[in-house]
Amino acid sequence: MNTAMLFGLCASMLIGLGLYGLLTHPHPLRKILALNVIGSGIFLLFGAVALRGAAAGMNADPVPQALLITGIVVAFSASALAVALLLRLFEVTGDVSLANDDPATHKDTSKDRPHD
Amino acid sequence: MTPSLALNLALALLLLGMAGWAVLVRSTQAAVIGFMVYGLLLTLAWARLDGLDVALTEAAIGGGLTGFLLLGAAVRLRSVEHRAMLQAPGLATRILAALAAGSITLLLAFAVLTLPSPAPSLAPAVAENIAMTQVGNPITAVLLAFRALDTLLEALVLVLAMIGIWSLADDRVWGGRPGFAIAHDASGILHYAARILVPIGVVIGGYIFWIGADDPGGKFQGATLLAAMWLLLVLAGLRDAPRVSSQTLRLWVVLGPLVFIGVGGLGSWVAGSFLGYPQGYAKLMIVAVELALLPSLTLILGLLIMGAPKREIGR
Repeated sequence: MNTAMLFGLCASMLIGLGLYGLLTHPHPLRKILALNVIGSGIFLLFGAVALRGAAAGMNADPVPQALLITGIVVAFSASALAVALLLRLFEVTGDVSLANDDPATHKDTSKDRPHD
Repeated sequence: MTPSLALNLALALLLLGMAGWAVLVRSTQAAVIGFMVYGLLLTLAWARLDGLDVALTEAAIGGGLTGFLLLGAAVRLRSVEHRAMLQAPGLATRILAALAAGSITLLLAFAVLTLPSPAPSLAPAVAENIAMTQVGNPITAVLLAFRALDTLLEALVLVLAMIGIWSLADDRVWGGRPGFAIAHDASGILHYAARILVPIGVVIGGYIFWIGADDPGGKFQGATLLAAMWLLLVLAGLRDAPRVSSQTLRLWVVLGPLVFIGVGGLGSWVAGSFLGYPQGYAKLMIVAVELALLPSLTLILGLLIMGAPKREIGR
C-alpha cells in the first residue's frame, strides 16, 4: 500500500468520525470541533490526491497544495466566526442550547411552527 | 513491511485515535486538547505527504490558532457544559448517525481505491511557467501568480469574518476593545515568557515570511506566528487589545487587500488581465503584495481570536 492510498483511507475514516460527532453531539462547541475534524479529513484526502500528482520533478502537485493552504485559512476564519456567534448566544440567553422546542427559552415560536 | 510504511501506518493509527478522542470524549476541554495534539500529528502527516508548506500552515493555523480559539471558548462555556450534554440524542439516533457516517467513509474509501491512474497533475504546467514568476517555490507561484484570485478572495474572506465577529458586539460597547483575558501579574511566568519569546518569535515569523519565495514558508505561516506573538503580549498584559474603532487599526487591516486589488488593477491596465504581472516585474509585484498582506493578515488573525468588542471606549 502506498503513502497516498494509506492517508486517503485514513482521511475517509476521519471524515466519518467527524460526521458522527457533528450529528450526535448536543454541545455546539463540540459540533464546531467535529466540523474541523471533517475539514481536516477532506484536506488530507486532497493532500493524498496532490501526492499522486507528483510530476515534472516535483514531489507533489503544487496546485492542490496551494489550494489547501487557502482552505485551511478559510476554515479557521469560519471557525472563529462560529465560536463568536456561540459566545454571543451564551451571553444573550445564558445557554448554548440549539433545541428550538423549549417554550421557556423561545417565547416567539409561532412563526416557526404554524401547525401548533 | 518497510520502515517508511510502518511509520505511515503508525501515524495514521495515531491520527484516528486522537480524532476519535476529540470527537467522543465527554469533557469538552479534554476534547479540545486532544484536537490540538491531533493538529500536531496532522502536521507530521503533511510532511509525509510531501507538503511542507501545508504542514507549516496546519501547525500554525489548523492545530495552533484553532485549538487556542476552541480552548478559550471551552473555558468560557464550562458552566453550561453539563446542561448542554443533557440533550444528547437517544440510541436510535446514534445508530443512524453511525450508519450515515460509516457509509460516507465507505464511499470515500471506494473512491480512494479507484482513483484514476496515471493521476491527473498540473505540476508540469507549473514547472513550465514558473520561470515567468521569478519565484522558486512552486506553491508561492500558484498562490500569488497562477491562482492569485483565490488568494485575494481568501484575504477578503478573512476581513469579512472579522467584520462579522465585530458586529456581534453589544451596542453599548461598539467600537471598544475585545474582552480578552489580561494578566497583570508583572512577576508571573506569562509575563516573563512574553518578554523572552516575543522577540524570538518575531524574528522566526519574519524569516518564514521571507524564505517563502523560494522555500517552504510564506505570508500565512509567518503572519500566524506574528499574530501568536501579539496574542502573547496581550495575554501577558504587556499590551492592551486595540479599540476596534481605531482608524489606524482599520487602515492596516485593509492595507493588504487594497494593495492586492491595486496590483490586480494595474495588471489589467499594463499586462492585459486582472492580476496579470507585466513581463519581468512579477517578483517585484509578488513581494509588494506579500509585504502589504503580512501586517494585515497578522492583525486579522489576532483579531479573529480576540473576538467581539467587550469593553466600552476609554476602558
